[in-house]
Amino acid sequence: MIIELGHFALILALVIAGVQSVVPMLGAARGNEAWMRLGRQSAVSMAGLISIAFFALIHAYALSDFSVLNVYQNSHTLKPAMYKIAGVWSNHEGSMLLWIWMLAFWGAAVARWRKNLPLAFQARVISVQGMIAFGFILFILLTSNPFLRIDPPAAEGLDMNPILQDPLLAIHPPFLYAGYVGFSVSFCFAIAALIEKKVDAEWAAYLRPWVLAAWVALTVGITLGASWAYYELGWGGFWFWDPVENASLMPWLAGTALLHSVSVLEKRATLKSWTIFLAIFAFSLSLLGTFLVRSGVLTSVHAFAVDPARGIFILVLLGGVTGGALLLYALRAPYITMGGSFKPVSRETALLLNNVFLFTFAATVFMGTLYPVFLSALDAGSVSVGAPYYSAALTPLLIPFALLMGVGPGLSWKEAQLMPALKKLAAPMAATLVLVCVISLLPLPGRPFTSVMFFIAGWVLFATVNEFLRKTGYLRSWRHLPRSFYGMTLAHTGFALLLIGAVTTTSWVTEKTLWMSPRDHVDIGGHQVMFLGTEPGIGDNYDYDRGNFSIPGASQLDDFIFLKPEKRWYPAPERMTSETALHLFGLDMLYIVLGDQDEKNPSRWVVRLYYHPFVGLLLVGAALIALGGLTAMSARRREEVAK
Amino acid sequence: MKNKAAFIPLGFFVLLVVIVAIPLLKGTDPSVVPSALVGKPVPSFDLPPALAGVPGVSAKDVVKGPVLVNFFASWCLTCGAEHKLLDHIAKNEGVTIYGIDYKDKKPDIAAWIGKHGNPYKAVGFDADGRVGIDWGVYGVPETYIISPDGVIALRFVGPMTDDDYINTVKPRLEALRK
Repeated sequence: MIIELGHFALILALVIAGVQSVVPMLGAARGNEAWMRLGRQSAVSMAGLISIAFFALIHAYALSDFSVLNVYQNSHTLKPAMYKIAGVWSNHEGSMLLWIWMLAFWGAAVARWRKNLPLAFQARVISVQGMIAFGFILFILLTSNPFLRIDPPAAEGLDMNPILQDPLLAIHPPFLYAGYVGFSVSFCFAIAALIEKKVDAEWAAYLRPWVLAAWVALTVGITLGASWAYYELGWGGFWFWDPVENASLMPWLAGTALLHSVSVLEKRATLKSWTIFLAIFAFSLSLLGTFLVRSGVLTSVHAFAVDPARGIFILVLLGGVTGGALLLYALRAPYITMGGSFKPVSRETALLLNNVFLFTFAATVFMGTLYPVFLSALDAGSVSVGAPYYSAALTPLLIPFALLMGVGPGLSWKEAQLMPALKKLAAPMAATLVLVCVISLLPLPGRPFTSVMFFIAGWVLFATVNEFLRKTGYLRSWRHLPRSFYGMTLAHTGFALLLIGAVTTTSWVTEKTLWMSPRDHVDIGGHQVMFLGTEPGIGDNYDYDRGNFSIPGASQLDDFIFLKPEKRWYPAPERMTSETALHLFGLDMLYIVLGDQDEKNPSRWVVRLYYHPFVGLLLVGAALIALGGLTAMSARRREEVAK
Repeated sequence: MKNKAAFIPLGFFVLLVVIVAIPLLKGTDPSVVPSALVGKPVPSFDLPPALAGVPGVSAKDVVKGPVLVNFFASWCLTCGAEHKLLDHIAKNEGVTIYGIDYKDKKPDIAAWIGKHGNPYKAVGFDADGRVGIDWGVYGVPETYIISPDGVIALRFVGPMTDDDYINTVKPRLEALRK
């Protein structure tokens, strides 16, 4: 019954989306206020209806109602409650419902956000949002309906992939989707601005918090996803350039570019049509990500079940949304007047270059991700594009990008003096060179790559800190600066730390694979790891062998640290998984995976150990980036009032 | 001039949609990965043994077809699923199978073969996956049929099930034997 209620709510949401995509738009064109206001109400009620649909499905999962096809296919009574709920979005149908739920929430947020947003403009934004929602709700109802029943009901479900049974994996899709879908707001702002042929600083000021919000959510989502891959897949890596990972990175890069170009538009009323283009581009990449994952055009470890009808439907949606937007852009962009002029040495020029780089990064990832699709379309055989392509293509660009990142924030708007700007960078440059010398002289592996990477990361770090110290009068007066400046400082610092973490983790990693019997020990990363043996046991819905490793604490007085990697056997889908055991020593990570058991001598195991120096910096860096975004977001209103 | 420039993104997008639509409309199953190498001679390679007591594999061995060349690894869970079938056809149907152990570690593979049995006449150790690249391996497991004249006759991507073997692989092997 509740499932039918959810189904009905979704159908009703489709009707409302239809109304929402037409009436407010017409109202805005005709100046009819009542019609424009209808958009606000419909956006909020759509969010309510889709919530009913979503919670109806969650309810069915929580109670293991196997008369629902989707629950039967993707759940199991033995699953722990948390993973039953997470099972809702670990399959295609449910994840599309999550997608549309997020979309409705962003729409409702825009509708509730009164902040002097002109009514006609808001009506147009909500209307475009309604069109997107209409397309996707229709997609769910026609090709991916999670509310279908089966008769007779099944007695037991078919479970989900056990490597997906993990807390981080359970929570990362909502963040990722919030980010993807969040860029729909920028997209709708861009379309509304094109319709009105009006793009100005005020528009950018309205848009900026929305870009930031989506970007922060996406940053968090990507970070959680990468952390999951790090410990769950058991290969000791955190980023695999897998198509599905790239699908989240591309909108992030485009969103980062958008974030910077919006600030130029806000301050200097220039880069107008470029900003509009980026807003369309960022959301289109989000849609493309959805398309790539859902259509099965690309094979991936994360890909869900494949159905060509779905792929074609999403491609039509993508064609309608992005194609329509780009057509409107082509027709209207020439009417958008240029703003202030560019001087070669100025903050805006630096930000324009930043955009060129970020756009190139996104395009590079895009090419790498779609190259196999291009080849197969041309029947030219199949290839997979991996890390060597990305590091060869991206690393050379990273160097000028990072150099610019150190210089840009120190330049003033309009016209800056080059020499004074360079002079104040002497100190961070000296600090960077010292760091590089130290790194290069120490007997560490991976040179000259590590030296180059430390140069650029150190440069970003020191230049950012230097600028912060100067602007705050060496911390004497640090309260008066705009919050966006603090946000930038945090995010750039985070980027530098992330870069250092990525380099140390990949270049200075120690990896050991060996047979171990109880009481054997091995030295890794300056720690003595002793294997104590394994014990079997039974978990929630799996059997396990749990290894036990002990490491002496830092001093004589400290207790031993125990690491317990597991090998799990899930009888429901008959699958074996490895649970890595991790321990942080400061920022360094010790990572132990239990391999295979010796048939003849069951107490003997293959053990794989990794020691990743400074891997913690990856997490600290990503957290600072997200925190920077939040800080810049919180700034918005107060500064607007001050202006 | 300015008008035309604004159409560039749209042009790119249309091109992209067309390219992406082709595999979809052709109804190509993405799990069937066609190989540029089918119908071509086996790429030359010479791999050291992966296991003590079992020889390594070179191109010279596998060109005396019809044989199967199976790329696998101990870290690959689906390889274990396929292994029973391989073991069966090697022991009961007289199929010659050469194994290429892809991006693996020697202790891992020794333990793995010890556990699952050895259907392979010889097992080459492709530690860095270089031979896999020459063959265009997309992921393990992958199985190739080599014809008696040393040409790749069929590529099978992913774990082979009993049905796959009976319907796809076995008929090709038998045709090549004649």
